[in-house]
Amino acid sequence: MTVAGGIDIGASATKVALLNERGDLLGSAVLRSGVDFALSASRGLDQALKEAGLEPHQVRVIFTCGYGRNNVPFAHQTRTEIAAHATGAYRHFPRALTVIDIGGQDNKIIKVDADGRRTSFKMNRKCAAGTGAFLEEMALRLDLDLRHFDSLARRAEDEAILGSYCTVFTASEVLSKIREGVAVEALIKGLFRSVVKRVLEMDLMEGQVVMTGGVVAHNPYLLEMMQESLGQPVLVPPRPQLTGAEGAAWLALKSLAQDNRQAGA
Amino acid sequence: MPPSPPPIQATKQMKKLMADHFLGLDRASREGQPKVAWCTSVGPAELLHAMGFDVYYPENHGALLGATRLATEMIPMANAAGYSPDICSYLTADIGAFLKGVTPLTQAYGIESVPKADVLVFNTNQCRDVEDWFAFYARHWNIPLLGVRTHRGVGEVKPHYIADVVSQFKDMIPTLERVGVVKFDIDRLRETVRLSKECTTRWRQVLEFAAQRPTPMSFFDHTIHMAPAVVLRGKQEAVDYYDLLLAELRERVAGGVAAVPGERHRLYWEGMPVWGRLRMLSESLGGLGAAVVASTYCNSWIFDAFDPAQPFESMARAYLELFIVRDDDYKERYISDWAKRFGIEGIIFHDAKTCPNNSNNRYAMPQRLAKKLGIATLTINGDLNDLRCFSDEQAKTNIEAFVEQLEEKAA
Ligand code: SF4
Repeated sequence: MTVAGGIDIGASATKVALLNERGDLLGSAVLRSGVDFALSASRGLDQALKEAGLEPHQVRVIFTCGYGRNNVPFAHQTRTEIAAHATGAYRHFPRALTVIDIGGQDNKIIKVDADGRRTSFKMNRKCAAGTGAFLEEMALRLDLDLRHFDSLARRAEDEAILGSYCTVFTASEVLSKIREGVAVEALIKGLFRSVVKRVLEMDLMEGQVVMTGGVVAHNPYLLEMMQESLGQPVLVPPRPQLTGAEGAAWLALKSLAQDNRQAGA
Repeated sequence: MPPSPPPIQATKQMKKLMADHFLGLDRASREGQPKVAWCTSVGPAELLHAMGFDVYYPENHGALLGATRLATEMIPMANAAGYSPDICSYLTADIGAFLKGVTPLTQAYGIESVPKADVLVFNTNQCRDVEDWFAFYARHWNIPLLGVRTHRGVGEVKPHYIADVVSQFKDMIPTLERVGVVKFDIDRLRETVRLSKECTTRWRQVLEFAAQRPTPMSFFDHTIHMAPAVVLRGKQEAVDYYDLLLAELRERVAGGVAAVPGERHRLYWEGMPVWGRLRMLSESLGGLGAAVVASTYCNSWIFDAFDPAQPFESMARAYLELFIVRDDDYKERYISDWAKRFGIEGIIFHDAKTCPNNSNNRYAMPQRLAKKLGIATLTINGDLNDLRCFSDEQAKTNIEAFVEQLEEKAA
């Protein structure tokens, strides 16, 4: 069995995926990136190996992606998170796609043609608007546990209208809504809407839309709101937070296969 | 990574020319002779030279503040004095540095301060900021502020635009005569226009060398070697300099010297340089085998229209025909033409936070060009001078992902 590893070291979380040559997920891990990217990568890899019941030497090749991609000494190659997410999404849904990745620190919109080739991508500007960091900041301001956001938003009877796209301005809007007595559920739904709006203003959505990333994994209600806004079904890979890691592992497998072909040629 | 190409030898001569330029201005400013005129980068420099002024270009100083990364420390001072962080960061860096009594000319040439102007001459063909910028100094020194207000968003350069600009040039003459104590002489103007023409013809040839594969010079080299075309046009030194550089380029091409060893991709840079990050950008792109072979910015000092037989009219035409003055249809045709001739696979648009005038991504041009030319486009958010608006990490990831995309397309 050929095993490849993909490690996606994001600014907030590190994700690891181990795939066999058919692309089956054998083991995975998600942990905080912290300040030592190399350490979290090796810890994550250990966890994933343990889950898969594999020994380190059984992993033939490792590709990294994400913010800390260049900080992992045992990686064989690196790819950008753009390439990894595009590949990770296309692997599950092989057709022309618009991939929306809502990450901890940034959002990406990636377009892929029917053959899986990227045709364009966009990353948000240097601003937390519409990212996981935006929701984290709001949880802090509201003194709420981020993990409850999804169920709170679902229960909302109303939706608070938040107009600004600046995180700081939104925070003051939220505070004034609280003073006006707006229900917390309505506020959270308003915050989710703000994430959806920030994403939709980044690029035009074409073809099948896929959402990936940790924020959707933890807040499936966001997906429902996105579908409602777009008026079309939006797909999500089975483990949305692992999309980048799986994509990196898949790219690693493809490069092995190519090396083998070249060696055999 | 493949070895870097040998350095361009002409650089030594260029450094000497720039030193002479600034030392000469410093002397003039201290001795009061010749008189010093400040001029915007695409202002009527020929007229000023013809009337005996030493000409100083504040935008060049702005770029020096950017390249030395002093700008980001100076801008907050101008912000505090009321100049918004959203307006031209050449202006805010320059005024901030002036208020602090700092200039990169000290470190480079031992010059204490920028040369004091006797007259300020702007042209709004590029933006309104230049007028506000010069107005600060006009108030500070109580000196004349002259300007040409050029039409913007120009499609076809019509005769009445030219007539208007010509009359604005002529309007300046009495004040320039009074300040500069030199009578206007049409033959001297013809001569400076001739020299500017000679300079610009050679600068075009330098840029066109990048159509070669591999290119012997990249956009990042152009941003350095354009200096004589910017600050010495109208003078013989600039003409001689480009003769020297062109001879070296011929040798480089004959010897197969590549600006980006192992050149695999050819890109176009649209927008301002990020002065404080030229090296980082050049290394990131070069390391991936991507050569930026052409740019709107460096092409902005090509003035095909100059004609000594019609000095005023041809100056007006040259300064109206510029890319920055034109409408989007013209701009798209222009970029498309260069993209085709230079074998461009992708265009990087720099969205400079403080210069809307040079940020052509903002009205969907990247989308239109991508469709029309079937090539990839990328927009990088940043700024010419204000590094508070630039993220190295985001820029690098964007560039890497862009080159990955080009490789996927080529596979
Ligand atoms: S064109 Fe842009 S960079 Fe140049 S002076 Fe005007 S605002 Fe500043």
